[in-house]
Amino acid sequence: MLKLYSIKAQLNSFLIEIGELSFFTVRFFKEAFKRPFEFKELLRQCYNMGNRSLLLVGITGFIIGLVLTLQTRPTLMEFGAVSWIPSMVSISIVREIGPIITALVCAGRIGSGIGAELGSMRVTEQIDAMEVSGTNPFKYLVVTRVLAVTLMLPLLVIFGDVIALFGSFLVENIKGNVSFMLYFNQVFDALEFGDIIPATIKTFFFGLAIGLVGCFKGYYCEKGTEGVGKAANSAVVLASLLLFIIDFIAVFVTDIFYEL
Amino acid sequence: MIEHQNISNRDIVLEIKDLHKSFGDNHVLNGFNMQLFQGENLVIMGKSGSGKSVMIKCLVGLLEADSGTITVMHNDITKLDQKALDILRADIGFLFQGSALYDSMTVRENLEFPLRRHTKKFGKDMDTEKLVIEALDNVGLISAIDLMPSELSGGMKRRVALARTLILQPKIILYDEPTSGLDPITAKEIIILMQDIQKKYGTSSLIITHDVDCARAISDRMILLIDGIDYAVGTYAELSTSTDSKIKAFFKH
Repeated sequence: MLKLYSIKAQLNSFLIEIGELSFFTVRFFKEAFKRPFEFKELLRQCYNMGNRSLLLVGITGFIIGLVLTLQTRPTLMEFGAVSWIPSMVSISIVREIGPIITALVCAGRIGSGIGAELGSMRVTEQIDAMEVSGTNPFKYLVVTRVLAVTLMLPLLVIFGDVIALFGSFLVENIKGNVSFMLYFNQVFDALEFGDIIPATIKTFFFGLAIGLVGCFKGYYCEKGTEGVGKAANSAVVLASLLLFIIDFIAVFVTDIFYEL
Repeated sequence: MIEHQNISNRDIVLEIKDLHKSFGDNHVLNGFNMQLFQGENLVIMGKSGSGKSVMIKCLVGLLEADSGTITVMHNDITKLDQKALDILRADIGFLFQGSALYDSMTVRENLEFPLRRHTKKFGKDMDTEKLVIEALDNVGLISAIDLMPSELSGGMKRRVALARTLILQPKIILYDEPTSGLDPITAKEIIILMQDIQKKYGTSSLIITHDVDCARAISDRMILLIDGIDYAVGTYAELSTSTDSKIKAFFKH
């Protein structure tokens, strides 16, 4: 009975959180189109989130490309289909692995960073100080950060994809003596706009989800340092969960369009 | 209940009538009343959790009161829209308990930040650099202009926060526990600084504290906030000699 009550309470609090996040999202869209626009802060956030994530995204992409090629090579060799590696790797990276892995890495790096930063600003009354000084903190802190992640994530995904393909090429070059031109000719032969466009569009939604969840958790952080830790942690957990849900919806919608 | 008899003839710059604020079943303010006169230093004392900070946050619109009226310089802030409230806030300085300096900005940027939304107050020829230097000079911290808040001590942070509060040249300054967390010497320096500012600019100050020394040094009048109401109003001398047990409890050392 107690367990049932606990499950009911947890479900209740989850649904309340989803409701609050929805209101937060609606407020974001309302505030995003209202003056004054905080361009300077937006650019600063784009630099912080984009430039400072490059190395992490690059290393992750490189290793993914390398590992994917190394692990599929022996199996494809058995079937005499090694020449299909550039096509297979490029399609899987561009359509799925690149966007989702980069988004997960960014949920960890950027989402938790936003959650902790805004949470810390909340508990130390910096957000209140901003409001008292006549600045709309939602506009200055939330809108700029959400927009920055939404704009930067697609660029980071493209960067990660390119590095991943380069990692894959390195394996093919070392193990199969495949030239740079041959490898990337096969990559571009295999890729179509139908692979690139939907994958890029969904990364905007990934960025939006990471930014909104990180800001939501931080902006409404409970008092105390424990609250800041919780905000950072739950921002990553909820954002990661949302990424997979968005990915599923994106694949589903893309599939419908292909069927048509 | 003690009523202060010598109410000043000066203008009322801030008035609260019958303020109620609850958080669920926790009734924090149960009909709080107060008046702040032009150029006065009014201290509000109360135990931790008595609703002092809630009251001061209602005053600047950070929290919404359940009922009651809050009049700041003849404006009922409960009826103002966001734009009008933002304009009014330029005349109200707020020194936060933990200083609330923006971590990611230098001292200079911290001071410039409030100016960005209130350019109208200083006109088109506003000299930001001059205003920043003047505000820092008031608190004796010009040398810290390019430092980050993390490089400052607790007392320095409080001074910079005070400079940030002063930069908009407010008519009313609200101090939320200005000496809490500071050693006695630094606390005394902050009190002297508050007195100097009051003399120099003629501001009206509302000081929330539970530091009796601070209250004695700075108050023209005091209000004791007990059980969510203005339980006692009077000068430090009047209240500190009261025989009421609830009032006496505040002045025991």
